[in-house]
Amino acid sequence: MNEILEKISYCIERGKSDKHAKFPPDLKDQDGVVEYTQAALDNGISAQSVLNDGMMPGMNKIGIRFRNGEIYVPDVLIAAKAMKAGMQLIKPFFQSGEAKHKGKIVLGTVAGDLHDIGKNLVAMVMEGGGWEVVDIGVDANAQKFIEAIENNDAKVVGLSALLTTTMNNMEAITKEIKSKFPEVTVVIGGAPVTEKFSNSIGSDFYSADPQGALDFLNEKLEI
Amino acid sequence: MKKITNAVKEGKILVSDGAWGTFLQQKGLKPGESPELWNLTHRDEVKSIAKSYINAGADIIETNSFGGSTFKLNHFGLQDKTCELSKAAAEISREAAGDKIVMASAGPTGKFLMMGDITEDELYESFKLQTQGFVNGGADAVIIETFYDLGEAEQAIKAVKENSDLEIICSFTFENRSGQFKTMMGTSPAEAAKAALDFGADIVGTNCGFGFVPMVEIINQIRSVVDIPILVQANAGLPELDGQNIVYPETPKFVANVVPDLITAGANIIGGCCGTTPDHIKAIVKKVRSIKG
Repeated sequence: MNEILEKISYCIERGKSDKHAKFPPDLKDQDGVVEYTQAALDNGISAQSVLNDGMMPGMNKIGIRFRNGEIYVPDVLIAAKAMKAGMQLIKPFFQSGEAKHKGKIVLGTVAGDLHDIGKNLVAMVMEGGGWEVVDIGVDANAQKFIEAIENNDAKVVGLSALLTTTMNNMEAITKEIKSKFPEVTVVIGGAPVTEKFSNSIGSDFYSADPQGALDFLNEKLEI
Repeated sequence: MKKITNAVKEGKILVSDGAWGTFLQQKGLKPGESPELWNLTHRDEVKSIAKSYINAGADIIETNSFGGSTFKLNHFGLQDKTCELSKAAAEISREAAGDKIVMASAGPTGKFLMMGDITEDELYESFKLQTQGFVNGGADAVIIETFYDLGEAEQAIKAVKENSDLEIICSFTFENRSGQFKTMMGTSPAEAAKAALDFGADIVGTNCGFGFVPMVEIINQIRSVVDIPILVQANAGLPELDGQNIVYPETPKFVANVVPDLITAGANIIGGCCGTTPDHIKAIVKKVRSIKG
């Protein structure tokens, strides 16, 4: 792999966003994701390659280590923040169509539930996996999901719930989405959610962690 | 007046209450409605929940104010009512409690200091408003619960301490993803308890989680580093699907049988979190009395 792209991956994994960032202390005053992303573009590396071969490998490592319980929420947050800083530089290439995301996923926390930490972690790992995330926030009812699917022509939807009192709302939302868009894939997650529950409400996939959802959707894309 | 600490010093084991959220739903709270607004609009229903735990024999009851931070209320356009709703929550539990202890509940904001979602001053201000409401409503103590972030806990404790004489309980939630108990931020029970003590908490604790049994080890770890009272409010296990219903597997009898181990580990205040009912509390009270007389 190209040395600059390797640096991008490493800086994301370590959560080093730019030269002035104080975190992590051992990389103080050293270049971060922003500087290396700029250097990559200056050296003629495409925005697509920056994402696919620099940023994604870094976030992939984070997703796997989080799944394995080796790292915790702050590590994911800080890595995602570093990646976001670099994304600002390559965003124009996605807007112009020169670079492309893998696909679009609509993500939201279901009606009655205001918890967004889990959903945000999924968003970070999905973006880190090259997906474009349409985040419709918390307390989202079926109508809100359906509008977002329509407006964005999304083929994948992710539902999140933290509470046992709100996870039941996943069923009605999933059914409404499926009746309107049978081709749309619905993935669900959240602390009280299980695979058994997922099967019983007719969703396509349950994952206990963000990386599991990303891996599933990437595989599905290749079929 | 530190009522809980004093009772613990006398050698008592106190029993606190069980779940509120599922109870509110049974009484008609709809998804998308603010539970805290019910303190104004459905006072009697909220009071009946508090009362049911008093009737079960609890020494301490909480308040309907877990999501009462300015940031959670903001979602419902109720951010300007932070103090008013906290006060109403404390008043309702006070009325139900009689001479029992009212421990006002304050949950986390869900925002991360480290991401710049929120500043320390903003957190402080929100917890200060809640505290003022709790004081005016007649609470005896505040429980900062289901916390995971030490930075947020520090601001919450500081806000209660600087704006009231309320007894402060700081309770964290731990997960176990790698064979070790840690908060979602990666903090161990011992580290969290020591930090809470340094910030000025009178009592430390652990709540939510995945059942009563794992709490024994968490309390062991906390007890190895602090001498102050320890509170535990566990879930009745992990929720399971039974047909269309979500059920918690741990019965009142099961929970009561874990009580001796919790006490041996060092717990001084025992109650329930998600999935526990007045029947669970009744069983805990009975068991505690059989041990402590």
